[in-house]
Amino acid sequence: MDAMMLDRRQFVRELLIDRGELLVVPGLGSTTYDVAAAGDHPLNFYLWGAMGGTAMIGLGLALARPDRRVAVITGDGDMLMGLGSLATIGVKQPKNLAIVVLDNARYGETGMQPSATDHGIDLVAMALACRFKHARVVSRIDGAVDARALLHRGEGPLLVNARITPEDTPRVLPLRDGHAIKQRFMAALDSA
Amino acid sequence: MSRKSGDRFCEKNMLTLTASPRSPLHNPTPLETSWPDAIYAQFRRVGIRQVGYVPDAGHSRLIALCQDDPDIADVVLTTEEEGVGLVAGAALGGQRAALLMQSSGVGNCVNMFSLLRNCGFGCVVLVTMRGEFGEFNPWQVPMGAITEDVLRLCGFLTYRVESADAVEPTVGAGCDMAFAGNLQIAILLSQRLIGPKLWTR
Repeated sequence: MDAMMLDRRQFVRELLIDRGELLVVPGLGSTTYDVAAAGDHPLNFYLWGAMGGTAMIGLGLALARPDRRVAVITGDGDMLMGLGSLATIGVKQPKNLAIVVLDNARYGETGMQPSATDHGIDLVAMALACRFKHARVVSRIDGAVDARALLHRGEGPLLVNARITPEDTPRVLPLRDGHAIKQRFMAALDSA
Repeated sequence: MSRKSGDRFCEKNMLTLTASPRSPLHNPTPLETSWPDAIYAQFRRVGIRQVGYVPDAGHSRLIALCQDDPDIADVVLTTEEEGVGLVAGAALGGQRAALLMQSSGVGNCVNMFSLLRNCGFGCVVLVTMRGEFGEFNPWQVPMGAITEDVLRLCGFLTYRVESADAVEPTVGAGCDMAFAGNLQIAILLSQRLIGPKLWTR
């Protein structure tokens, strides 16, 4: 397994620099805090639950808006709970969908217990087996530039497995009311 | 959109699939039956653009109609709970979506349904019932017997349909309630409606 070298906050901040019209769906827990810490934005659909469903929300959104880029930014625990969705996405081949897994090989919200990726379970290999157009590991911060380019211009479906350090980070708590998050997102996208 | 993205993959694999044909465990809905067409007509009327499903004999005709419609993205799910996320994502992007599942699939969705309640996503779920009238597979009974209660506990309004002529008005009303009011609507298509399961050896 590659060394885990990325600072999650720095990596997400660099991914979302000049994000333009990018639609972002962060998974529950730490990845929602990371995306909020990079700067609150109406086109963030923050999740506070629905574990295992983040990638599928990204698929529904990507199919509905083929004119826009969609980035799912979630953790290894959420992705592992929804592994079947990699197959579902692979069938539909959405060109505008990218999934970034911030992988610390831990369940950070519950006490840093090891996840399956800590035992060598390989999300990149799974994505490629599910006909993703491209999947890669990023374990150095200088890889953020290429990863960001993939989010904006790469042909999807794409998966970036970002090896982050398993450190606890301060919580940055964004909007929590689901109706408000939805309404704000849809107003900004003019899809209401 | 002339061809759907999954077709090439299906065709490529068709030879190996047809090399060893196997009868389904029970017969799909006969093509001459009109109620799946009535549901499809309501999907068209209200502008459903995404349909998520786990393949199901009772829904086979409706699934085929959706697959043949270039205006509808048909999404084959590995488990029904994926469909809940699909509905939410579609709604965020301004599209209406519906889910098709068997009663057993309702049990797979329970926690994910909270997404619909928390955010007020309108949703129509069409449930083909097992484990009730005429069922002789006892393994279908425990989930089938609690399906409607589970849906209500999860915040759905539920409507049962027992006869073919009630399908169109019920589905139509359900779609209108779901998308005009951001409600979660489940329509239970009873085993009496779907017809007897003709098991083959």
